[in-house]
Amino acid sequence: MTSERSPLWRRLLRSPAFVTGTALLALSLVMILMSATFYRGNPLSVDSPPFIEPVTEAAHPLGTDMLGRDMLAQMVHGARVSLLTGLVAAAVAVLLGALLGVLGGYFGGWVDRACTRITEVFQTLPQLLLAIVLVAVLTPSLWSTMLAIGLTSWPQVARVVRPEVMRLRQTDFVHAAALSGMPPLRIIWHEVLPNVVPTVVALASVLVATAILTESALAFLGLGDPNLASWGAMIGAGRSVLRDAWYVAAFPGFAILATVLAFALIGNGINDALHLRRR
Amino acid sequence: MSARASVVARAVGRLAGRLLTKAPTLLLVIGVSFLLLKLAPGDLATAMAGDAGAASPEYMAMLRRQYGLDQSVWLQFWHYIANLARLDFGYSFRNSMPVLDLIADRVPATLLLVATSILVALAAGVSLGVWAAYRQGRWIDTAISTLSTVGFALPLFWVGLLLIILLAVELRWLPSGGLATTGFDGGLWAGLLDRLRHLALPAFTLSLFYIAIYARIVRTTAAEVLHSEYLRTARAKGLRPARILWRHVLRNCLLPVATLTGLELGTLLGGVVTIETVFSWPGMGRLAFDAVTYRDMNLLMGILVWSAVLISATNLVLDSLYTLIDPRVVAR
Repeated sequence: MTSERSPLWRRLLRSPAFVTGTALLALSLVMILMSATFYRGNPLSVDSPPFIEPVTEAAHPLGTDMLGRDMLAQMVHGARVSLLTGLVAAAVAVLLGALLGVLGGYFGGWVDRACTRITEVFQTLPQLLLAIVLVAVLTPSLWSTMLAIGLTSWPQVARVVRPEVMRLRQTDFVHAAALSGMPPLRIIWHEVLPNVVPTVVALASVLVATAILTESALAFLGLGDPNLASWGAMIGAGRSVLRDAWYVAAFPGFAILATVLAFALIGNGINDALHLRRR
Repeated sequence: MSARASVVARAVGRLAGRLLTKAPTLLLVIGVSFLLLKLAPGDLATAMAGDAGAASPEYMAMLRRQYGLDQSVWLQFWHYIANLARLDFGYSFRNSMPVLDLIADRVPATLLLVATSILVALAAGVSLGVWAAYRQGRWIDTAISTLSTVGFALPLFWVGLLLIILLAVELRWLPSGGLATTGFDGGLWAGLLDRLRHLALPAFTLSLFYIAIYARIVRTTAAEVLHSEYLRTARAKGLRPARILWRHVLRNCLLPVATLTGLELGTLLGGVVTIETVFSWPGMGRLAFDAVTYRDMNLLMGILVWSAVLISATNLVLDSLYTLIDPRVVAR
């Protein structure tokens, strides 16, 4: 087990994409750390003059927005919302997508047709639009955002898992397990799933990236949790003062870019490392 | 010539067949939208009463009876489907207009934006991808691959705002939003130029995502072709580089590019919502945003169902294009 695992890690550490991604992710983690230490207060509290320009006052390194809220405080708290939403939404998507992909791929027949049809329905609906509708129906909050993104991004997982499971179903070790009288659910749990995990992990990282992008778009459109500071909402608010204070809309975007890039690169890195091993 | 004609005939036949297989999916889409409509807080009666101010419970009950909201859910669902079949998407009380008319008004602007973005992305993405493949391993390849990864990670609405700050506010080269200058009157060509200037920023911003994914897939495919046996043969027999590029490299890239276009169309339409909001582009995305803001659920569901129809139709056309691009697809 260890002999098979250690080269993968070494390959990961040699992948420039993975290393760059991890470094970028560390940046967001530092922001979360700051939100729990230096900036423990409510980032949305109004306690300073508005429109303090960045790098002019030591108390507000990134300035203040049009309501006099500290930019850096909002940024570091936005990191919490973005990462939490990204991780939970991706987890929901992976669970749902893996469930439908495994069921369809393993049992085939009408189960597969039903699963494929459901997947197709969700692929026919534009993801962001459906997420918007879901949040509107559930009323905007942190949980509804997570749920809406998770419920709309699982088809990708199902599409990757299903053929993989279909391939594994035809392998000798699964046949052997079935012949030895192992019940299907046990086979899936012990023989099929462990072999799907690596592919799903790489995909999950990319899913976190797109989930963070979707969260920022929802918050930008005013569908985020109104009581939480989030990068998308900051950009949305900054839109109205674009001409006077460009930095309000500009700064949070860099944070989104860095975090999304981090997870996308980590996903690419894992993918590369896995394919190197297979070759 | 007749072989080509039979390929077209088969493609049309396939299209008709595929159309039937899409029907259950669309029916399920309608089911999902009906379910969401029922789950949404408030119903038609509260929406109408909300417009008219406070309403008595008797009035609300009358409204519900009038619009069949007191019937069983299954009966309501049946009416919903029957109405959609007659292209009746209901009434938007916020806009005092039938939903279908509202959407029909906005479709051309969105189609213009989407089509322009895809064309720009095709030109830029395919060129970048081929360029990277020809210079594999060199610095330009690394640069293009990096750009494509960054392009995937960009929040497009933010890029749009940055472009507005730079090109519209600071440099004043391009207008910051809208379809055209209001009250603009300077003849046909000047009017057309004005339209193009308004289209430039939103179309370019929206195309960034597709440029990134096209560049990546074209680079991979083109690199494979360039290393293939048959290309070595083509070079060995003295085929001109331009001919190799057109006949072998680009042709092989068509299929993955078409597949990806269909697969990511939903993502593009999602981007349309934020981009149209940023650039005040009067299309379906902006309409969807307004519908959410005012909780106009009828309108929102109409847009959702129409987007699904649009995506299904595009995928059908792409499906039949596959057989034209690569006749072997029919055999599968």
